[in-house]
Amino acid sequence: MPDAPVGAPAGASDESRDGVMRVQGLARYFDVSPPLLNRLIDRQPRQILKAVDGIDFEIAKGETFSLVGESGCGKSTVARLIVGLYKPTAGSIEFEGRDIAGLSRVEMAPLRRRLQMIFQDPYASLNPRWRVRDIVAEPLRAFGLETTSAGIERRVGELLSFVKLAAADGAKYPHEFSGGQRQRISIARALASQPDFLVCDEPTSALDVSVQAQILNLMKDLQREFRLTYLFISHNLAVVSHVSDRVGVMYLGRLAEVAPAKTLFTAPRHPYTRMLLDTIPDLSMSGRDRTPVAGEVPNPITPPSGCTFHPRCPFATDRCRAEVPMPITTPDGSIVTCHGVEEGRVPEGPVVAGA
Amino acid sequence: MAGNPLLEVRNLRVEFPTRRGILTAVDDISLHIDPGEVLGVVGESGAGKSMTGAAIIGLLEPPGRIAAGEILLEGRRIDNLPYEQMRRIRGLEIGAIFQDPLTSLNPLYSVGEQLVETIQTHTDLTHSQALSRAIDLLAEVGIPAPERRVEHYPHQFSGGMRQRVVIALALCVNPKLIIADEPTTALDVSIQAQIIALLKRLCREHGTAVMLVTHDMGVIAETADRVAVMYAGRIAEIGPVRQVIQNPKHPYTVGLMGSIPSIDQGDGRLTQIEGAMPRLTAIPQGCAFNPRCTKTLDRCFVQRPDLVQVEETQVSCWHHNKELAHA
Amino acid sequence: MLPRRMVMAEAPVTQSTASAPATVEPTGAETTAWSRFVESDVLYSFTRSPVTVTAAVVTAIFILSAIFAPLVAPHNPFDLASIDLLDSNLPPMWMEGGDPRFFLGTDDQGRGILSTIIFGSRISLLIGFASVVLATVLGVGLGLLSGFVGGVVDAFIMRVAEIQLSFPVILTALLIDGVIRGVLNVEKSGELAYWILILSIGISNWVQFARTVRGSTLVERNKEYVQAAQVIGIHPTLMVLRHILPNVMGPVLVIATIQLAVAILSEATLSFLGVGMPPTEPSLGTLIQIGNDYLFSGEWWMVIFPGIALAILVLAVNLLGDWLRDALNPKLR
Repeated sequence: MPDAPVGAPAGASDESRDGVMRVQGLARYFDVSPPLLNRLIDRQPRQILKAVDGIDFEIAKGETFSLVGESGCGKSTVARLIVGLYKPTAGSIEFEGRDIAGLSRVEMAPLRRRLQMIFQDPYASLNPRWRVRDIVAEPLRAFGLETTSAGIERRVGELLSFVKLAAADGAKYPHEFSGGQRQRISIARALASQPDFLVCDEPTSALDVSVQAQILNLMKDLQREFRLTYLFISHNLAVVSHVSDRVGVMYLGRLAEVAPAKTLFTAPRHPYTRMLLDTIPDLSMSGRDRTPVAGEVPNPITPPSGCTFHPRCPFATDRCRAEVPMPITTPDGSIVTCHGVEEGRVPEGPVVAGA
Repeated sequence: MAGNPLLEVRNLRVEFPTRRGILTAVDDISLHIDPGEVLGVVGESGAGKSMTGAAIIGLLEPPGRIAAGEILLEGRRIDNLPYEQMRRIRGLEIGAIFQDPLTSLNPLYSVGEQLVETIQTHTDLTHSQALSRAIDLLAEVGIPAPERRVEHYPHQFSGGMRQRVVIALALCVNPKLIIADEPTTALDVSIQAQIIALLKRLCREHGTAVMLVTHDMGVIAETADRVAVMYAGRIAEIGPVRQVIQNPKHPYTVGLMGSIPSIDQGDGRLTQIEGAMPRLTAIPQGCAFNPRCTKTLDRCFVQRPDLVQVEETQVSCWHHNKELAHA
Repeated sequence: MLPRRMVMAEAPVTQSTASAPATVEPTGAETTAWSRFVESDVLYSFTRSPVTVTAAVVTAIFILSAIFAPLVAPHNPFDLASIDLLDSNLPPMWMEGGDPRFFLGTDDQGRGILSTIIFGSRISLLIGFASVVLATVLGVGLGLLSGFVGGVVDAFIMRVAEIQLSFPVILTALLIDGVIRGVLNVEKSGELAYWILILSIGISNWVQFARTVRGSTLVERNKEYVQAAQVIGIHPTLMVLRHILPNVMGPVLVIATIQLAVAILSEATLSFLGVGMPPTEPSLGTLIQIGNDYLFSGEWWMVIFPGIALAILVLAVNLLGDWLRDALNPKLR
């Protein structure tokens, strides 16, 4: 990859990557205006929620790319855009070279086999009235992958064994299982169509930590065995550091920083990333006194002007308040969106938050 | 451990009679909290930690009830008090912070009214005195412009701000002990750090002891002095936080610490404990952890281990029980 | 700094996956719907409530005697050959002038009151059930459509529902009844009385189903298992029928039971008003109407006994519906 000096726009070195997914300028706005009558009578303005406001990233085959951020940053919306649950307001989503952003349900149908999703809530992601074997078999029937009931039964048993459940568990209902087991069932369902690409929306956030370890290990094993590519969404930085090859940090609908995992966690650039890393509790008990991030995530309907992080950033200048920063590539391969980094203003070392 | 403990729990057992039999949610646990110290109670879902907190503060939902054991606050028994007496203790001597700030505050009353109501219930202050104390409290918990915000309703605060109000509410009459049940779980990570720092600072300044119930080991590491690890309604290990986290003895604690991903760990596999915590209806005989433990002895399947002192911590595991060497 | 847990790694806590049981519940026989019902809290609360058991028994008696009417009733009141006008207006058996053949007396055409009650309940129950089925299909269908599609369709259906709700049910049924009779010939309407009644009562009762189902649909639609089906690419109609419908049917059973009582009463009212079942094929309501004319001439049995029968039937069904609602309500348990 050619060295791009600080200040060079991102995108200069994309051609050399073997990307299976490329997202460019992806945006999704929601109209959350009050009803028409209220707007007329109370003279309230239209309100647009810019959940995702122009993001670019790429994922190479077989890698795990994580999107991390706090509530309201838009990462779950990105997951749903990629999988086709929402239509983007702008931008493109290229899956193996083909733009899937605006496809209709019929056009999307053949691609769905290869692009599946695992959801966050193990209690809501399985139909409580269906038996497990029907839940796991649904993709098989929908894509016509197995046509005989013997074939379906065999394949369901095989899928359940991949996720370390017994074939006999197929006869039960979801409520007979614990959260971790239900998540395994979700994974079995997602694997049924032999996908290449899995979007994982906070798959372990609702699970206890020891169950989380089981599921994360399982997902790693499955990735190796079936050559899967993961888009991993999470708010938990420690989990993300454990599973990812590359990481994107989102804030209020935009990407603050995209970098290889090692680089992001050892040499973070963007002030938000650095403050976020500081919130991870210190289990090695070094007695380091953390200075927490100041302020709260602003209301996404009325985001701050310019760089949306400026109210909480100790390095904010007038330019930050006025001008939206553009992504730049740093020498070690990170893509950062920050005026301070561009200008070389942001020093190394831990970030001390303002009160 | 000079002086008498502030809170003592002896052989507490919490049961739920159902038509299928009696479920034991908390099975014979004993612990104590010294004045001003922070005791963490950590465990996964179903371990019984929330039940313990609820039993101490007297908010167990029927048909759940305290079936055995004693709870003593400064030497006096509080588990068998009539409702009226317990109500007076609650709030004045024991405060509570719950997980969801949205439902902890009454949405129909302003924040100031709720604070004033609590203050006036437990002290003799007049309304205006109580109001000015409420404003001081809001300032203390870091709410900007408290004179103005005191009239606002809960929905006008963000999640983190609401939790600060809840902390103010818990501290307003200077209780000796606060039971905090998952106080930061529902908040964003950056807000969590703020709230934990606030709670730590305030409790240190007011000399309040805290029983911090959570599933998040990170919060415990940052905040607690001592920690109790609960499993299936029993205490597996209890001791100084540094010891339990860095030198865990009980196989469950060892597995738990190994399951927690950390940034410096790199890409290796996380330690995983096979299986899952048993349901209350199916707790194994002997040590509740025996189906999942790799270090089982014969005795583990027969008899429940006692809590014994091993170096600086107390562990409930036959593996660490010196008597066994002679058995 | 090597974290302490790396040292612990040499004594692994993992077991071989073959031996560790993954499921928490013991694997027993496959649970069927019947076995789950028998084990359930619903059946438990049923057996604990004597009022409900009585109500269920009474309803069962009515239904069974309606089904087996020709075997149960002493006479067949619709068989014109077996009726003798000379037997008319006889009092009940235990009174002076009573005839042992007719236990509860006879009406103005010589039909035994007991027999006409049994056959009449059959008609009432038949119309009641059929109209509830119609109302359920209509209401659940519109509720699903409204909740799933949303937007203008939802707004339109809900406005129609609200407008219909502002009229009393009987008035709506009368209106529909009158329209249909006006469209068809009055002579034919005698034969078509069943269908007209079923239609009019069914159409006037769909609203409650629709509103409840719409609410549940709105909740279920946002759940992740529906999104999972969308990600698989399931057609929206299939998704509604196979995924959402089973999850919104819970309250429908309760509403249907209570609506059965309403439907029976509505039919009785319409018949009483003269626009329901004709006197040649009387339902309980028609019997009450016929008997009403004779009340003040002292022949009280012709109206009292059908009235009591109607009241008991409606009460029993209502009590069953009440119990079902409480038993199925997870919050009350």
